[in-house]
Amino acid sequence: MSFPHRHLLGIKGLSEPDIHYLLDRADEAVKISRQREKKTSTLRGLTQINLFFESSTRTQASFELAGKRLGADVMNMAVANSSVKKGETLIDTAMTLNAMRPDILIVRHSSAGAVALLAQKVGCPVVNAGDGAHEHPTQALLDALTIRRAKGKVGRLIVTICGDILHSRVARSNILLLNALGARVRVVAPSTLLPSGMADMGVEIFRTMEEGLRDADVVMMLRLQRERMSGAFVPSVREYYRYFGLDAEKLRAAKPDALVMHPGPMNRGVEIASEIADGPQSVIEAQVEMGVAVRMAVMETLMLSGELKR
Amino acid sequence: MSTRLLTNARIIDPSQGMDETGSVLIIDGRISAVGAAAARADIPVDAEIEDCSGLVIIPGLVDACVHIGEPGGEHRETIASASRAAAKGGVTSIIMMPDTDPVIDDVALVDFVQRAARDEAIVNIHPAAALTKGLLGEQMTEFGLLLEAGAVMLCNGRRTVADSQVLRRAMTYARDFGAVVACETRDRYLAAGGVMNEGLFASWLGLPGIPREAEIIPLERDLRLAALTGARYHAMKLSVPQSADAIRAAKAKGLQVTAGISINHLTLNETDIGEYRTFFRLSPPLRTEDDRRAMVAALADGAIDIIVSSHDPQDVDTKRLPFADAENGAIGLETMLAAALRLHHSGDVPLGRLVDAMSSRPAAIFGLDAGTLKPGAKADIAIVDLDHPWVLSKDDIVSKSKNTPFEDARFSGKVLQTLVAGVTVYRA
Repeated sequence: MSFPHRHLLGIKGLSEPDIHYLLDRADEAVKISRQREKKTSTLRGLTQINLFFESSTRTQASFELAGKRLGADVMNMAVANSSVKKGETLIDTAMTLNAMRPDILIVRHSSAGAVALLAQKVGCPVVNAGDGAHEHPTQALLDALTIRRAKGKVGRLIVTICGDILHSRVARSNILLLNALGARVRVVAPSTLLPSGMADMGVEIFRTMEEGLRDADVVMMLRLQRERMSGAFVPSVREYYRYFGLDAEKLRAAKPDALVMHPGPMNRGVEIASEIADGPQSVIEAQVEMGVAVRMAVMETLMLSGELKR
Repeated sequence: MSTRLLTNARIIDPSQGMDETGSVLIIDGRISAVGAAAARADIPVDAEIEDCSGLVIIPGLVDACVHIGEPGGEHRETIASASRAAAKGGVTSIIMMPDTDPVIDDVALVDFVQRAARDEAIVNIHPAAALTKGLLGEQMTEFGLLLEAGAVMLCNGRRTVADSQVLRRAMTYARDFGAVVACETRDRYLAAGGVMNEGLFASWLGLPGIPREAEIIPLERDLRLAALTGARYHAMKLSVPQSADAIRAAKAKGLQVTAGISINHLTLNETDIGEYRTFFRLSPPLRTEDDRRAMVAALADGAIDIIVSSHDPQDVDTKRLPFADAENGAIGLETMLAAALRLHHSGDVPLGRLVDAMSSRPAAIFGLDAGTLKPGAKADIAIVDLDHPWVLSKDDIVSKSKNTPFEDARFSGKVLQTLVAGVTVYRA
């Protein structure tokens, strides 16, 4: 068994065995992260560059830690505040970095498709750490790993994704992945936050949390950006919270052991009540831990298979 | 006195309903005789005779929507380079859009374009004048003076005039001069941030969409203003069948309304964007295959009058970017005819109608001395091999910019020779 892809640009194009392959390796990586000695030499001597055109604390830290635990040399490039502002194009930045001979690039960009564009111009594997509203594959993988470890499977579970689907790369990657693994995917959101053609994206659409959460095994909440809360897409925070914020009462519609997930960072009191975020059904902290493991698995897989080819 | 005789060709000239085998006799840059009748004409002894057996002779194409980078963006395209690209594509007359830098909103700019065209261009270049100063949609330009200087239409470039009162007055005033007011319709609010057709495909790509209503709503407004003012109105680039329906209805009411479509929207659809290919980022955006088919039908039945290349040169600095950050536009002068012939070979649009839509009809709408092979007309001619197979290689592109959506595309049908005023300006 091997992983037949040079890059990880999205969940699209991954088969069910590809996904389970990565999740199985991530299970092994969880063990490493729980040891006292967390550093391995798998990727010793290899260079990982984190190229974040859009600022991020959590995802970048997760990739950095994953690389360090694998023994790679990790460099962070906060491009968001540097040469791009001086007018350098994405391609020029890519060519410059490529000349430094990295072994893997982790890239986040605010434009959909930007990471794939960059991947065409460099000679090493590229991992998409989020491109616009397109995909965020490692987030979907870590969500799947969290679910699989808690429930023993992903297939045939009812997973409800709630909130700003329109602008969410996390939602798109999760819809693709959950469908690939045979889960039933539902979405709940005000219609202003649903993309056009949603009904043909392999999901069932619900207008209310009560209907959408009924008998759900997993509830995934999405972050609502501040600038979208005050009249542009929804009239106000309090109205959004009233109808779409996850609180104890709404959660009662789901199965009693339903998992509550959130990709972070959370807006407490906007899309999720604090008592739920910190409550017994929440696996939000586990998601963070699984994030490091999944990223270790992804980078190890891509770098080692790339090395074999060389 | 120079004389040329092109013989044994199939001659298609929609302006006189001609589709017959015959000859074209050219004396001093003008057509002297055409068709079967030309065989009986007196051929001067010094005539240069060219056998065109197996080939088709059509009036040179008239492209009513061409963006050129001169003045202001000469690295993308100059008047000279655009004219060479046109000649290669069988285009003998270009209407040049006014959204240059500076904008063609002043008589001096019209003069500049005409002088540059006279000195450097190998095809006819006609400037369109800006409808409003700076294309800002606020104050009308000097229609009378601009038209007198040689502008052939009034147009607001890529920008839709948002203020209905400004547009109403401009149309009212333009009517007095008999000028055509040509508009692109795009509601700036509905289309805000949008980069491709709204729908499932855009949703999966994570790209903001442009709904069809962004085109239809301002179009319907414009058509009502055309009815109110009695102005001659031309919708520049339509992309959805509901727009064609609106034009059809306006024509049925007797309004002086015409419409165009870009060759891209007749031969491509949104799925050609694939994985974020920016050469397919256009305005209006490429729509669905159903839309494309409906627009082909609307062209065939005449609801849509003309085809334009919508030639819009962009350099790597504006195209080699993430899709949402790139500019709209594709070049098209060199490939318009070849791409249009796909519709002939597929049986969707009769050849005569295609030639009409790319030559006779636009010449008639904008009052150009072109688009016809009638005796006395200027000998602007394209000689075409309808079945010649070829592949567009990037290296063969004449235009300064290479942003074609047809790179490596296969075509059947090629321009072998282009004549302007009887003189060969391109030969394959």
